Amino acid sequence: MSAVTQAILYLDGVSVSFDGFKALRSLSLNLEQGEMRAIIGPNGAGKTTMMDVITGKTRADEGDVLFDRGAIDLTRYDEAAIAELGIGRKFQKPTVFESQSVADNVLLALKGARGPFSAWFGARNRIARETIDQHLAKVRLIQHRDRLAGDLSHGQKQWLEIAMLLAQDPKLLLVDEPVAGMTDAETEATAELLREINRDHSIIVVEHDMGFVRALDCKVTCLHEGSVLAEGTIDAVAGDPRVIEVYLGR
Amino acid sequence: MLTMRFLRLIEGRGILFLAVLAALAIFVSVGNLLVPPGSPFHVSTGAVVLLGKYLCYAMLAIALDLAWGYCGILSLGHGAFFALGGYAMGMYLMRQIGTRGVYAHPILPDFMVFLNWTELPVAWWGFQSFPYAMLMVLLVPGLLAFVFGWLAFRSRVTGVYLSIITQALTYALFLAFFRNDMGFGGNNGLTDFKDILGFNVQAQGTRVTLFLITCLMLALTFILARFVVASTYGKVLIAIRDAESRTRFLGYRVEHHKLVVFTLSAMIAGVAGALYVPQVGIINPSEFSPTNSIEAVVWVAFGGRGTLVGAALGAFVVNYLKTIFTTGWLAVYWLFALGGLFVLVTLAMPRGLIGLWEDIRLRLKRRPPAEAPAELHP
Repeated sequence: MSAVTQAILYLDGVSVSFDGFKALRSLSLNLEQGEMRAIIGPNGAGKTTMMDVITGKTRADEGDVLFDRGAIDLTRYDEAAIAELGIGRKFQKPTVFESQSVADNVLLALKGARGPFSAWFGARNRIARETIDQHLAKVRLIQHRDRLAGDLSHGQKQWLEIAMLLAQDPKLLLVDEPVAGMTDAETEATAELLREINRDHSIIVVEHDMGFVRALDCKVTCLHEGSVLAEGTIDAVAGDPRVIEVYLGR
Repeated sequence: MLTMRFLRLIEGRGILFLAVLAALAIFVSVGNLLVPPGSPFHVSTGAVVLLGKYLCYAMLAIALDLAWGYCGILSLGHGAFFALGGYAMGMYLMRQIGTRGVYAHPILPDFMVFLNWTELPVAWWGFQSFPYAMLMVLLVPGLLAFVFGWLAFRSRVTGVYLSIITQALTYALFLAFFRNDMGFGGNNGLTDFKDILGFNVQAQGTRVTLFLITCLMLALTFILARFVVASTYGKVLIAIRDAESRTRFLGYRVEHHKLVVFTLSAMIAGVAGALYVPQVGIINPSEFSPTNSIEAVVWVAFGGRGTLVGAALGAFVVNYLKTIFTTGWLAVYWLFALGGLFVLVTLAMPRGLIGLWEDIRLRLKRRPPAEAPAELHP
């Protein structure tokens, strides 16, 4: 299967339907190693469903979903297995463990054995404070390490979730609407952070904020009704008359 | 330092709990054996048995709190694991009766002779041995929880659906154990015990010893439970409770984690049941009754779930109230009181007694205005 593609993520002819509603129609998408890609598109375009298919939450009705140069068929694994294979996901609505401290959120996310006994008396109890702080420093939450995650502001929760993604050290990051609810300054900082993370990780970012997408400075894919409508540089996609009609013009 | 690490593991509230338990053990045993009757400090043997019963319930509550309070598995069938542990102990005690039974059969318990059985059923083999019986106290509830949990958690049965099937589990066992041909004494259950390890179960000294062993086992269970929840495993359990699918996307096999805590919890419940039976002197199918399991949930909710100490406290307080309410003219109102208590806890104190206490303490602490948020700057 390795001859099929050199891409980190390869989607070909993926279709998903829910009770007759076609969420994805023969979607094809290639993400090269080390690439960052922004996905835009109107509501219902299939962005979240695509993420669900990649992370094993939803099964594809047909099509190929291959990871890591075509070596792994993702349709055969469940969520936990896919996370362990090296795909991390940040949700649209920031989902952190609210009743636990910021540092503990990162502790839980950190790469390593995830069995019950490893957590009970094994390796996960011997993680150094510095390892956790290193990730918190990257997202500027170090001074909040002992607060409850539930007490953070919306934007800080988004960052905490990004820190958790980094702690997982995945090969591919799926980031769903990272700047929703952020101020302009926070949005700018997030774009910078993602560009930095992109130095050694492949990333897919779903976002509506066109200013932010422009700041990411990467290839853009516009989805519409479950398949790719346009793909290319931000200027090419934003100038595409079909994109303007279904998405930007509204 | 090992002691320091131990103290940090137990936490202030836990140390208080262990201290109260130790004081209770001393007060009750001295009060029963050394203080003459008639003195206000005398503890009657009846009271020793009653307190021992409460402590067994407290142990069951801690077991339930591990699964429900920390991992969100609302089991409405934990009474089943308690009863199975109790039956394993009861079977050992039955085999100790020997020729002192009504029919004086050297091997078969009375009810089997009465049913005209001639051979001991396979399930009863080995129960004359105390170590074997104690192994079964752990293994039978543990194995049932493991198989049940494996099937339920793998199929991602959660929330109210899981609660309903746990309730069905205990109800199924309730009906099964009523049947004479199950070979566990039918609706009479197992009773008329004589000896435990050669000591007369009715003797005052044995009763106090059993009470002390219960205190010790409750303390050990509590320390074990603290060891679980204070580790990173405890954090994983809370993560599963609060955001199960998020935990899964981090790469945790949620079903494995649930299975471990559920099985551990069932085994603790089994030990509690095994301690309960020699003290109350009987085990019958009513212990499987669905209401028993629901009552256990009320204890934990009343005390404060996810706190361990609260669960034990809730078990103690609710059962003490039950003792008051079910004796004398108040008896008819007990179910109203229990229902009222549940409504009160749900509406007015969702974090139970411990939560209420914490709120009061926080309010008292806040009164002096100058209090810097010291935690923010490491």
